[in-house]
Amino acid sequence: MMQLVLTVTAVVLSLAAGGAIIRIARGPSLLDRVLAADVLLAIVGAALCIDMAANRHLNNLMLLVAVSLIGFVGSVTVARFVADRREKTRES
Amino acid sequence: MSRKRISLRQELPLLVWLVIVWGALWRDFSPGNLLFGALIAVLVARMFYLPPVELGGRFNVLRAVPFALMFLAKVVAASFQVLYLAVAKGPRVISAVVAVPLRSHSDLLVTATGHITALIPGSLVVEVDRSTSTLYIHGINVRSAEDAAQLRKDVRDTEAGLIRILGTKAELSALNQEVAA
Amino acid sequence: MNPETLSGDTVIDAVSAVFMVAGALMSLAAAVGLLRFPDLMTRMHAATKPQVLGLFLLLFALGLQMRSWWVWPVLVVAWIFQLLTVPVSAHMVGRAGYRTKHLHPELLSTDELEAVVQQAAGKRGFSDDDGDEASAGR
Repeated sequence: MMQLVLTVTAVVLSLAAGGAIIRIARGPSLLDRVLAADVLLAIVGAALCIDMAANRHLNNLMLLVAVSLIGFVGSVTVARFVADRREKTRES
Repeated sequence: MSRKRISLRQELPLLVWLVIVWGALWRDFSPGNLLFGALIAVLVARMFYLPPVELGGRFNVLRAVPFALMFLAKVVAASFQVLYLAVAKGPRVISAVVAVPLRSHSDLLVTATGHITALIPGSLVVEVDRSTSTLYIHGINVRSAEDAAQLRKDVRDTEAGLIRILGTKAELSALNQEVAA
Repeated sequence: MNPETLSGDTVIDAVSAVFMVAGALMSLAAAVGLLRFPDLMTRMHAATKPQVLGLFLLLFALGLQMRSWWVWPVLVVAWIFQLLTVPVSAHMVGRAGYRTKHLHPELLSTDELEAVVQQAAGKRGFSDDDGDEASAGR
């Protein structure tokens, strides 16, 4: 049964990652791309989680936390940067 | 920023949380490890001083448990609502930005309401006006004024639940008067 | 968590299998939302909410699979961290998106923030010329 679950989740996650990558490539603005990259990181995290659950180990747990922290810091930084740049061009 | 001393009682929730994180990260809840964690927590809280969170001084566990369960149910509902909207409506979805004035002016309550609002169905905080404690919320699938009123009511209900759990006594009595009226 | 009884074991396996598939489906829901929704704000709804539930389901499945109590605190802490960070980053992105006019006004039924923003901009003496830039920026 675990093999079936792994196959199904692999297909589903691949489709999801594909969708996120399409949005990164197409996304009209920088913020759209950041958002899609965040989702892509979440999908990577989901894959790590499924690997841990299927093989019954916890080696990836800190990696999972690190990945979600990178997503958080990355999107906050870019959001601040975008807003700042915008305000500067307004004032000039 | 005034560096007034904060009482241990006010700091206690933060310290407990730090100890729990410490124990969870080591995956070891033996007394010795927890004691060492508590030592480090006190040290960290002393060295990296943050402006204290002003708690109302009360915490109602009886209200908190159903609230947390409701919250979980809403998180589940939120995901399925987004899935449904993405599949069924897609590009034609109509949304709105709604201003919701909150009752409380405490930073903690406004933040908590904003967090929960961002996670329950169909709402997302766009902007916060701290001086009037107004949340500007982007609601998905809000097509009419009635929907907007419903969204506003939902957010204020969330806030009422939070006030019942950890609001100050003054806020609680104001809320009770409002409900009775 | 008692791995002795065989039937209990299979039940736990089945539940965690269902949770794993559901968690993966949540990621798919986020991706579908990203592709189908028309503007940044609605996409943000799609990006944040299924992510939280998806991680919850997957961590729950992991906890069931490990069958030992000491993993639960780590998993709960990991999930709470996500609960705390996701709304913050969503708010930051949403705020930046609203300020840089990544909205489609025709898709909004009401916009109660716009008047406030206009008023604030007027007070600071800005001439509002964002209309062209919004279309050019896309």
